[in-house]
Amino acid sequence: MTGPTRGFFGRPRQQRDPRLPPGQYDTGADFPVLTAEVTPRLVPERVTVSVDGLVRTPTRWTWSELHALEQSEFRGDIHCVTTWSKLGTRFGGVGVDVLLDLAEPLDAATHVLATSTTGYTTNLPLADVTGGKAWVVWSHEGKPLHREHGGPIRLLVPHLYFWKSAKWITGLTLLDHDEQGFWERNGYHDRGDPWQEQRYQGD
Amino acid sequence: MIESTGPAVPSFPGSNRWRSAVVREVTHPSERSVILRLEVPDRVDHLPGQHYVIRLTAPDGYSASRSYSLASIPSDPLVEFYIDRLPDGEVSTYLADIAEVGDVLEVRGPIGGWFVWRADRPAIGVGGGSGVVPLVSMLRQAREDGVDGLLNLAVAARSLADLPYGEELVDADAVIALSRESFRLRPAGRVTDVDLIPLIAAQQDAYVCGSAPFAESASRLLLELGLPGSGIRVERFGPTGT
Repeated sequence: MTGPTRGFFGRPRQQRDPRLPPGQYDTGADFPVLTAEVTPRLVPERVTVSVDGLVRTPTRWTWSELHALEQSEFRGDIHCVTTWSKLGTRFGGVGVDVLLDLAEPLDAATHVLATSTTGYTTNLPLADVTGGKAWVVWSHEGKPLHREHGGPIRLLVPHLYFWKSAKWITGLTLLDHDEQGFWERNGYHDRGDPWQEQRYQGD
Repeated sequence: MIESTGPAVPSFPGSNRWRSAVVREVTHPSERSVILRLEVPDRVDHLPGQHYVIRLTAPDGYSASRSYSLASIPSDPLVEFYIDRLPDGEVSTYLADIAEVGDVLEVRGPIGGWFVWRADRPAIGVGGGSGVVPLVSMLRQAREDGVDGLLNLAVAARSLADLPYGEELVDADAVIALSRESFRLRPAGRVTDVDLIPLIAAQQDAYVCGSAPFAESASRLLLELGLPGSGIRVERFGPTGT
């Protein structure tokens, strides 16, 4: 890194929120939309989510079947690679652990490729979607998830940059290797840990 | 449907490294905007539509960075950014009010392999506000390559004074849609299908860039005019209000 930028002091930081990873700012009540494709209009009752690939029991859940599973909530912070973070927010749905317990991953499975109805994909180590760290969600702040934010249903992996939380999720495919998704093939990091500022390939 | 299995966009070796760029030109097209032209050492050529990150660092090491689309093309010896000055923008107020010729800014880029046009296929570009900036890069590339006919543009702003690169876009025969004032025979109003119909062509890709509400309505219009969703690339920025 070079030295300071002449004349730049930045926002007052004595009260910088410790929940903000490096290089992030608090977007407050805003919830920006960043999507590379046209927002699809999906009928919730026709949505399905599947878990397949290296699992003992490939499974596809309908909207009502998902709602019949044990539901859980995430309360915390989300971080977008474009540098905004949204603090103290709340999503509801079902834990990815619940889906994986039913689909039974094989020992060989090490990674996941998440796929959206739009064809969007993103790759994740299996360890990043297990152990209570990931959800498939359909509510935000107690209301149905808005379609611009991935409604009716999206993946939520809040400890990684938010492009990993694929909107309009339709499937998780378990693999024995890492296979780059949409943004990852377009220069973004394979893991995307905001606390390590893993924004782009090579970070 | 966006490509999930198509060829990977070539990576840009070296584009991830932070570089110390020197500000060579600063102009203020309006009170609420600035055009910065920077000299970037060991620059990696970009494609029209790509962006850079600009990072500012305070004396105590605190830093803030934001992404800005390039308006320039690779043959330009400098890289050019048009930046809207947001009233409480931590980075944009610095760039608009304080940055001056000779200053050194840390930059990283080019970034983004999706919202790019290689001037080799027919395309329609629809941009709102500073969302026209990547389209200006596409326009300049089309002109340089002598393929102006491949690119049809519709651009929107509140007024001509608010439209980035307004004069250049008017000269290029872009459809100019102003919401607060009439332009030539077009009455004031938001972009509608009437604006876009004359620009629709066969085998055409679409590039939509602007605020989230603008991008949403423009991409809807293109779908309604028969463009396949798979051919529409969208770049959104800013808050949603929802």
